[in-house]
Amino acid sequence: MTEQFEPVIVGFLCNWCSYRAADLAGTARIKYAPNLRPIRVMCSGRVDPQFVLQALRNGADGVLIAGCHPGECHYVNGNIKALRRFLLLKQTLKQWGIEEERVQLLWASASEGIILADRVNKMTEEIRDLGPLRWHEKVLGGNGNGTIPVKEA
Amino acid sequence: MNDTKTPPLQEEKVGVYVCHCGTNIAKVVDVEDVAKWAESNPQVAVSREYKFMCSSLGQELIEEDIKKYGLTKIVVASCSPHMHEGTFRTATENGGLNPFMFEMANIREHDSWTTDDEQAATQKAKALVNAAIERVVHHQPLQEIPVEINPNTLIVGAGIAGITAALELADGGNHVYLVEKQPSIGGHMAQLDKTFPTLDCSACILTPKMVDVGHHPNITLLTWSEVEKMDGYMGNFEVTVRKKARYVNEEHCTGCGICIEKCPFKVIDMEFEAGLGERKVIYRPFPQAVPKYPVIDTENCVYFQKGTCKACQKFCPTEPNSIDFEQQDEILKLQVGNIILATGYELFDVKRIPQYGYGQLENVFTSLEFERMVNAAGPTEGKIVLRDFKTEPESIAIVHCVGSRDEHYHRYCSKVCCMYSLKFAHLVHERLPNATVYNCYIDMRTPGKGYEEFYDRILKEGTNFIRGKVAEITDSPRIPEEEGKLIVQVEDTLIGRQRRVPVDMVILSPAMEAQPDSKEVSQLFKMGCDFEGFFIERHPKLDPVATMTEGVFIAGSCQGPKDIPDTVAQGAAAASRVASLITRGTVMMEPIRAHIDAEACSGCKICNNMCPYNAIEFVEEEGYSQVITALCQGCGTCVAACPSGVITGAHFTNQQLFSQIEGLLWDVKELQPVPAGKED
Repeated sequence: MTEQFEPVIVGFLCNWCSYRAADLAGTARIKYAPNLRPIRVMCSGRVDPQFVLQALRNGADGVLIAGCHPGECHYVNGNIKALRRFLLLKQTLKQWGIEEERVQLLWASASEGIILADRVNKMTEEIRDLGPLRWHEKVLGGNGNGTIPVKEA
Repeated sequence: MNDTKTPPLQEEKVGVYVCHCGTNIAKVVDVEDVAKWAESNPQVAVSREYKFMCSSLGQELIEEDIKKYGLTKIVVASCSPHMHEGTFRTATENGGLNPFMFEMANIREHDSWTTDDEQAATQKAKALVNAAIERVVHHQPLQEIPVEINPNTLIVGAGIAGITAALELADGGNHVYLVEKQPSIGGHMAQLDKTFPTLDCSACILTPKMVDVGHHPNITLLTWSEVEKMDGYMGNFEVTVRKKARYVNEEHCTGCGICIEKCPFKVIDMEFEAGLGERKVIYRPFPQAVPKYPVIDTENCVYFQKGTCKACQKFCPTEPNSIDFEQQDEILKLQVGNIILATGYELFDVKRIPQYGYGQLENVFTSLEFERMVNAAGPTEGKIVLRDFKTEPESIAIVHCVGSRDEHYHRYCSKVCCMYSLKFAHLVHERLPNATVYNCYIDMRTPGKGYEEFYDRILKEGTNFIRGKVAEITDSPRIPEEEGKLIVQVEDTLIGRQRRVPVDMVILSPAMEAQPDSKEVSQLFKMGCDFEGFFIERHPKLDPVATMTEGVFIAGSCQGPKDIPDTVAQGAAAASRVASLITRGTVMMEPIRAHIDAEACSGCKICNNMCPYNAIEFVEEEGYSQVITALCQGCGTCVAACPSGVITGAHFTNQQLFSQIEGLLWDVKELQPVPAGKED
């Protein structure tokens, strides 16, 4: 491969803090890796672990879930629920052999464009080092006959 | 799951509009390419690029195309939805579609502004546009929810911000509940002597307003009270307030003050007199206090501690007696439509900087102590004296930026300290014409009407200005001239030398900081505060008094350090925002709400405890859960938690999000080695 591997990272950003952090990063013209593809959710607590799996299964090399800082959630404590789900999801992903750098959780308030941008850069580097995810080989196994417990959209 | 029952909509006709935003987007993203590429999607009926989609011509383009091509869904790829989602929803509606048949792809803030890599940016733009197309075809028409606005308003904090807001609203004929945790309204401004730059006396301009509040028929004043709980939503909040027992019956008390006079016990007044003066155990914080009723400090009252005394009750001249030792806290439930938080600030605790010696070196004072000292009604009756209350200082150093502009404490500039430090210099010159005054500052910051002129005036009055951050204040002399003095060690950066300035008195100008309980308060009112504890406004420039919580507004220094004019302006601004909502009577709220399919619900109750607003109730007889739409705020936590997938989060349905994820990954999905016939 002559070209550098460019990972694709799907971002689930909460409407109130992290999406605005990404807005701010843009407004402040902070340059960061173009590898993040954001999706807006109202709250990080809306991020169903299935969304993460759906992204990985469809070719994403990593997923970033970002929400408000603990105690600052617009919906009181949705971010804490996101954290709980994230910790459980990490266990599952680990058992499937998916490196933990691929799915990350970040707290970024609306004023922390730079924190979001820094994390995207760092995560892009980390995943670039890991290489493509290759979900089907990794999770379904070489023959691709395995099934995965994901609800269909 | 509920979402998947709807069959794929074949007959969708999507209109895609890619905005250049002048060159903001077009400079990095190849908008022509994106628009042309989008057209190849079979669901797209028309795809265009245009210079400025938000312009009236851009919006008309959407409206005309809807009619001309029979479009069913609209995608605009431009800026952040926080910028123009409303604009394009309106355009969609004007074209004859439900406004929610629209989706925005953010290719400016999230794309063109974040990279110079044109190829990557264009690829990302395509992914974002494609995600929006795949999502929008699953959009359902939604109706905004009308909410009636209760015309009563709660204002928390009765400093100058809260007072201003209360009077503005009350004068307009609206009822206001003004809650203050101290026994009197007035806030910090009541403690100040003169106000910069005009030097008018603080009490002279504040007390008439306080009296107006006290007498206003439209203001219910709840001092010595605190908010304990807030339920509900914009237009219909229910607020629980604890009115603490004063042990003085407000109905009978005339405020004559005899009880205060007769009370045999004095304590140091740490609140109003900032520890410099004393007060009685039954007290009124200051003579002009509103309301006039005193309050008993039970911690120091001999009757409450030991069961004897009752001097206040014995001497109370009213019939029936106003002193009521049996009085209990009252819990009030208030119904209000809007809430203004004006909870103010606290001063930085200067003891956190031990090298400045406060508490160790007796003639180191805080700015608030000095304010009380120079106040004619204060403990020294306006005389500037050392801690012995006798000796007049011959030299005074005023230290700026104590705890502000300092990465160990607060990084921000506290905004008012330069000005009040200059005011102190002036007051010293006025009262002690022979005294030498040093102002040690890092940078002199005097933006504001008449402020720079005030600085010029102080320069001419003979103050010595030393540009440098004070390193230490000590009483250890090195040379005979320093004997018995406080020595201010400072690097004078203008002459590039260390200086030791011997003075008799030091005044520290501490930073304004957020109230120590601001985090809890922000959680109580379900809005945000930043790392420093200041409340977060909805938009730092365009919406400085609203918060992310509809119906909750902020004013004054709870939002950030500010001077009196800015505080008053914010108080009035918040009142005007509330008045506008009251006048409208009904507002429309986004219909982003959860709904449970009762038939499919297994009744597991997992969602019941998930909801931060207690908006999900379990219907015992039927065995399913249901969402109380009026309480639901649309976060979607329950949607993600439902193990049966029977909760639909309107406008953020599983189907919409799954499709968006797939659409977002259109280019990489194909790269995956999919075993034939095994996937999808």
